[in-house]
Amino acid sequence: MQRYILRRSAQGLLAIIVISMVVFALARVTGDPTQVLLPDEASEEQILQTQIEWGLDKPLHIQYFVYIKRLTRGDLGNSFKWAGVPASELIAERLPATVQLSAFALLISAAIAFPVGVLVAVKKDTGIDYAGKMVAILGQSAPSFALGLILMWVFAVQLDWFPTSGRGGLSHMVLPGVALGYYNVAALMRLTRSSMLEVLDTEYVKLARIKGVSERRVIWKHCFRNALIVPLTYFGLIGAVLITGSVVTETVFAWPGLGALVIEAILARDFTVVQAVVLLFAFTFILINILVDILYAYIDPRIRYS
Amino acid sequence: MTVVALPKRGFIDSLPGGPAVTQGLAWARRYPLLPGFVLLFVLVIPAIFANQIAPHDHRIGDLDLVKRPPAWIGDKIVEQTVVQKQDRRVARQGEITLSSATRRMKRGTATFLEGGGDGTVDVGDKLRVVIRQGGTWTYPLGTDKQGRDILSRLIHGSRVSLTVSVLAIALGGGLGVILGLLAAYKGGITDTLIMRLVDIKLAFPSILLALVLVAAWKPGLLTVIIVISVLLWARYARVVRGEAISIMNRDFIDRAQVAGASDWRIMARHIFPNLMNTVVVLATLEVGHVIILESTLSFLGAGIPRPTPAWGVMVADGRELIVAAWWIFFFPCVAIVLTVLSMNLMGDWLRDKLDPKLRNI
Repeated sequence: MQRYILRRSAQGLLAIIVISMVVFALARVTGDPTQVLLPDEASEEQILQTQIEWGLDKPLHIQYFVYIKRLTRGDLGNSFKWAGVPASELIAERLPATVQLSAFALLISAAIAFPVGVLVAVKKDTGIDYAGKMVAILGQSAPSFALGLILMWVFAVQLDWFPTSGRGGLSHMVLPGVALGYYNVAALMRLTRSSMLEVLDTEYVKLARIKGVSERRVIWKHCFRNALIVPLTYFGLIGAVLITGSVVTETVFAWPGLGALVIEAILARDFTVVQAVVLLFAFTFILINILVDILYAYIDPRIRYS
Repeated sequence: MTVVALPKRGFIDSLPGGPAVTQGLAWARRYPLLPGFVLLFVLVIPAIFANQIAPHDHRIGDLDLVKRPPAWIGDKIVEQTVVQKQDRRVARQGEITLSSATRRMKRGTATFLEGGGDGTVDVGDKLRVVIRQGGTWTYPLGTDKQGRDILSRLIHGSRVSLTVSVLAIALGGGLGVILGLLAAYKGGITDTLIMRLVDIKLAFPSILLALVLVAAWKPGLLTVIIVISVLLWARYARVVRGEAISIMNRDFIDRAQVAGASDWRIMARHIFPNLMNTVVVLATLEVGHVIILESTLSFLGAGIPRPTPAWGVMVADGRELIVAAWWIFFFPCVAIVLTVLSMNLMGDWLRDKLDPKLRNI
């Protein structure tokens, strides 16, 4: 087990290093940030001075090493767009909003997907099952911006139940939360359904039924707990989906989180901020993946040897 | 091919031409007709014949007819009382200011209900005001804020979706197949290297990578195609490698080697044809994914630039008018969802027919 954890961690570290290089290189070819920073009528001298100030006159690989050196000290660099504010400060400011929304979306997905997944498994091949399948397929066919806008139009504009955008109380979170969580609901529901079906077919469930255990108890005590293993391990991957989804959903609902920040930074060519956020996202993404793999290997020892 | 139970011979068959109907029903059960039709009429035909079937010019709008609703929506009429000044913070539906009432009177979009005996608008008069004019069949799905026909733009937009998905999948899939074959065939260090690259690619959130990549170059059709193909290759490589390894254990590969066939010949002529089903199924399953990616990029302003009517761009245009003119964002959304949904159903069907093993990916 230890060897497995070590191997996965090493792989993750390698991925992070490669990603940091790719993002660094890409951000530098995005175009000269001095053009964005300075007004059009800036003189040669001013441009040169700004380049020296930001270290843009050095060769690319030197810039990368300087960047890594600073990174190990926790310095992510300063933003170009937001007048020299450290990227770490911008992230710290936006992070709570993203974490809040993602946690809420996760909660919604779990609250909907598990009960409905059990329901459609128990009612296999009935209208309820087909309806569930349709909803799931539809959910995976709608891009999150379309889903978000349609939700916004129906529930905020037409029915006026929730505010259209921005961050505030619980009511502000409902629509973006649903839009963000919906894709996961579909996936989680299908997983819960199939693993419930598998468990419902086992000998001990038949035995429990023969013993006269009530159907409700059979489903929730005997089956659901065992059926949870597969969807739970998948739950980690959801974190990853949420990170990607937050970029779009936050833009749609003007939610002041990291996803919206990265879009603003990309459009403004603020590459220190882009690098910082992308690295953070990638790190979280990879960390979650590793944790899920380890959890999975812990539950199912066969994984380790493959 | 699986055997599908034919409908029982019965009443229909006794009619003239009945057997053909029965045959048709059986056929309808065996093939995904509805998704097929949707794809044909929403994606393929509009894309190919866009210039012939689009009713209007998709680039130039009629500025007299901006933000017209779809044809089936009539005039929106409200009764309003004329007031001197309206409190901006509590704008009421039932009130209209004197100045705007006079303006509307001149344009003929308001008529008197009460008062107005002297022919001029006074405070306290009741008016019947057309606050939004209805749609016309000239513009079946309405017009956008520049008066451009939404239907024509949707039709031309299907070109973008079709071009991007076909080219990106050809490019990304091709690269993935080649790398997967190489990894399987060469083994050793080549295999490790390629597969490590696949792991790294799959460890990175794809929309984020796409955004960074597009921003690094200039947004445009070519950039989007290349970026999306960069996102796609890894999955192909992984699946193809797995399949190819199992094929390589079979006797005919050894015999081809003994017969002196070159590595490339074995890969291209002996392994690849056996992978065809897998590749085709993967490609169909990926089309929906590609359309979602492209439209998301375009929506975020990092994909196809304006004024090309890509569906994602159209949604972005309609977003700010979600309260006043829902049809601008809504119809492109419907087009995207319909296309992706049908493509996914088609892909599922094809997978079950050709390569049920792929169920788990």
